[in-house]
Amino acid sequence: MNIYLKLFVIFFRVGAFTFGGGYAMIPIIQKEIVENTELISEKEFLDLIVVCQSLPGALAVNTSTFIGYKIAGVLGAFIALIGTVLPSLVFIILIAIFYNRISDIKEIQLFFKGVRPAIVSLIFISVLKLGKNMRRSNFNIIIGLAAFFAITFLNIHPIVVVVFCGTAGYIYVKRRQKHYGVR
Amino acid sequence: MVYVKLFLAFLKIGAFSFGGGYAMLPLIEQEIVYINNWLSAYEFVDIIAISQMSPGPIAINAATFVGFKHLDVLGAVVATIGVVLVSFLLVTSLAQILLKYYKSPVVNGVFTGLRPAVIGLMAAACVSLFRTSVEDFKSLIICIAVLVIIHKTRTHPILIILLSGIMGIVVYTI
Repeated sequence: MNIYLKLFVIFFRVGAFTFGGGYAMIPIIQKEIVENTELISEKEFLDLIVVCQSLPGALAVNTSTFIGYKIAGVLGAFIALIGTVLPSLVFIILIAIFYNRISDIKEIQLFFKGVRPAIVSLIFISVLKLGKNMRRSNFNIIIGLAAFFAITFLNIHPIVVVVFCGTAGYIYVKRRQKHYGVR
Repeated sequence: MVYVKLFLAFLKIGAFSFGGGYAMLPLIEQEIVYINNWLSAYEFVDIIAISQMSPGPIAINAATFVGFKHLDVLGAVVATIGVVLVSFLLVTSLAQILLKYYKSPVVNGVFTGLRPAVIGLMAAACVSLFRTSVEDFKSLIICIAVLVIIHKTRTHPILIILLSGIMGIVVYTI
């Protein structure tokens, strides 16, 4: 099969069958690309995920674009991107049409009234999980709390918070290195 | 022009959200609920719920939904291009270099700061959504019940959503 067509098919499948957001896509991409086709080695894949996590934007989009690029250049990146995005584009447009029609129905409104507090719980659990896995250094605690307070109570724009925390991290690491004399 | 505005808002979201997933929520919320009033706070929570039950990353889903709601299919496409454009450009231009240098002190330093910030961002999203979603005693009960269920049983999020929706119908009709 043509490599471009193959990329499209793989990422379309990834885009269409992973429910629950971008993070759910990563193991599927790994299975499709590393295990089934061996287009990329396990180690390369792990490095690639780290880099994609450090780039802005949706993780699944970064990952599939990067894999497409590595396998077949800029065109490959483009095709992998289209493959990943197309299913959710179509699906969400259908839902949006549907949502407008059914949002007047009383049961549907009550359904969403029940779902909204559950979303809060889902996010809360993720925060707890992430917090548990993070080292409790003073720096981490201060930055995490500062970001939280800046957005929740001071209404500071999230972009400002992100830029500030990134800069703070850079300065912190640099000073610590100077202090311990490591380069 | 409306298309340009839509495009730029989602370009910003794509360019400045780190950590993916829930960590992107405060920025998306800021841009589409508070700055541009494209969605109500309720619709925003519903979009997160819909994203949990449908394929694709939440940023893409939000872009498509908002774009379609205001400017039809072309709007959906424009917003989606906006949200992925920076990713595409960065990956195709910078990624190879980053693959070599991601262990460099500069990149490492910036991420030492961003990693804990991501938790703060998610916590902020949680509080903001709590203010929107938990407005009476019944919704508080659902919120706590779901917390207990997730903690005890590790039920899949899609099931959680269906379950909580049914709880909503039951609790608010009796």
